[in-house]
Amino acid sequence: MTVVVEKPPQTPSLDRANPALVATGIAVLLLAAVLLAAWLLGSSGLASDFQARLQPPSWQHLFGTDMFGRDVLARTIKGLALSLRVGFLAAGISVVIATCLAIVSASGSRLADSLVSLFIDMTMGLPHLVLLILISFALGGGTTAVVIAVAVTHWPRLTRILRAEILQLRNAEYVIVSRNFGKSRWFIARHHILPHLVPQMIVGFVLLFPHAILHEAGLTFLGFGLEPGEPAIGILLSESMRYLLAGKWWLGLFPGLLLVVAVLCFDIIGNGLRVLTDPKAGRP
Amino acid sequence: MRSWKAFVLVRLIRLALVLAGVAVVAFVLVKLSPVDPIDAYLGPDIARVGPEQRALITEKWGLDQPAGVQFVKWLSSMLTGDLGWSVTYNASVADVISERFRSSIVLMGLAWAFSGFIGFSLGIWAGANPGSWSDRIIRLYAYILAATPTFWIAILLLIVFSVGLRWTPVCCAAPIGMLPEDVTLLQRLHHLLLPLIALSILGIAQIALHTRVKMIEIMQSDFVLYARAQGATMLDIVLHHGARNAALPAITVLFASLGELFGGSILAETVFSYPGLGSATIEAGIRGDVPLLLAITLTATLFVSVGNTIADILYHVADPRISSASEAWQGIAE
Repeated sequence: MTVVVEKPPQTPSLDRANPALVATGIAVLLLAAVLLAAWLLGSSGLASDFQARLQPPSWQHLFGTDMFGRDVLARTIKGLALSLRVGFLAAGISVVIATCLAIVSASGSRLADSLVSLFIDMTMGLPHLVLLILISFALGGGTTAVVIAVAVTHWPRLTRILRAEILQLRNAEYVIVSRNFGKSRWFIARHHILPHLVPQMIVGFVLLFPHAILHEAGLTFLGFGLEPGEPAIGILLSESMRYLLAGKWWLGLFPGLLLVVAVLCFDIIGNGLRVLTDPKAGRP
Repeated sequence: MRSWKAFVLVRLIRLALVLAGVAVVAFVLVKLSPVDPIDAYLGPDIARVGPEQRALITEKWGLDQPAGVQFVKWLSSMLTGDLGWSVTYNASVADVISERFRSSIVLMGLAWAFSGFIGFSLGIWAGANPGSWSDRIIRLYAYILAATPTFWIAILLLIVFSVGLRWTPVCCAAPIGMLPEDVTLLQRLHHLLLPLIALSILGIAQIALHTRVKMIEIMQSDFVLYARAQGATMLDIVLHHGARNAALPAITVLFASLGELFGGSILAETVFSYPGLGSATIEAGIRGDVPLLLAITLTATLFVSVGNTIADILYHVADPRISSASEAWQGIAE
């Protein structure tokens, strides 16, 4: 009997994830900078200085100052730290919701499957922003409301992916063999199915993260969720709206730019990870 | 043919179920809200209303009844076409929505058409020459824009074109202080321009990326190889084999992206103070105008879900294999 060892069609290699490595570097630097700066600054950078109101960017204030003389760079970093925290929590909760629903939906009960699929259709059928507004209205605002609102709008796509993965795994030969050996469902779920879901969950998390940040920024920009004084990127930008007509462009430009860089980095990392974990997927 | 009708029917039933589900969820969410509907209704008049009058309003609105009864009442009045009264705009909700929807649909419709057309063209171009410089630039553009919040694009446009260059107006759908009848079409378009660009940019990126992947797939297919072997020119292949085959998936994505279009229009309308459905949503949410918020939620769901349903059906047209299971079974039975 000859054993044919099939080579995988394309071995995952680091070369193909090259932009991801660069992005990881930038993201790590950014994260470190944000955390360090937020910690170093404390609340000193946020102090008002009415002598230095609405100053354009200079060496002293790289991003300029706002209407109360606060340093825009310091506020942006604070805002980014908040965005990252909200995004991290929301994406994490989303992944947990997606995993639970995928398991329920693939458990074999047709009723559960169609219920989950109805939930997915409902979440996809309602514009995310409207649902976000409704939820933050229902919870009366606050950071918690934003986290919950973002978390419950982002799970559908990952749920579909995980469900398909579980259904495929259930019919895999080694799972059937394991079942024939008399292993319990719990054992199969823990030892054969869950380990395969972990990479998908990690990739899903990293890909959800930038979306969560964007939605958080959008929601706070519209005036829902956080208190007006709090430094969040969305609030900084919505405050800048009042001063744009007077030509204070730095208030609107820099906070958004930093947000885009952060989102872009995590997006590239997520796509790079997806290529690494799934050699078939190729470039999106 | 019968399976076709069944497929569409199932989709329509699903649509109704989704709407019903959203109605329940939205109602529960609004009921959970700590914002008191009577306070929101009274606004600044709150000091002039005594507890007796409050009790009267509560009774008149049926707020003292259990939530289930309230829901049934609300749903039945919705179904008979009575959407309620909007305090924010001091008009009936049906009027507010129909008026706002008319100005929003111009914006969204044009943005939809533009992002479809430009995104599709860019995607075809990039996909026909993968790896080339034009492909790289288009891909870079699409990646960066996918990571950019719509409202920030809108703010940048405002900074550059309205404040810096003074080419475009800063707000609203018409010059301030003009009667709606006096506004010319040109003025309307002038005010529409920036929101339109802000809203189109994101859609272009998505359609372009999607079409590009599809196009690369098509260019590697056997029929393109055969066409090339017959001596067809590149342009011929791209136009007759590529664009035709890539069109249906692109239209499908376009229909499936109505939700993001609606969300984007909320943000773009807020930045430019454009009086559409989006800015009405924000007003309703901030002022606690419950009847308007609920009605907008349902309108938006109807709008997006119809889009999703059309996308589903088109998907089916594009790739009939997706429902082959039921058809194969039918073939055996007959």
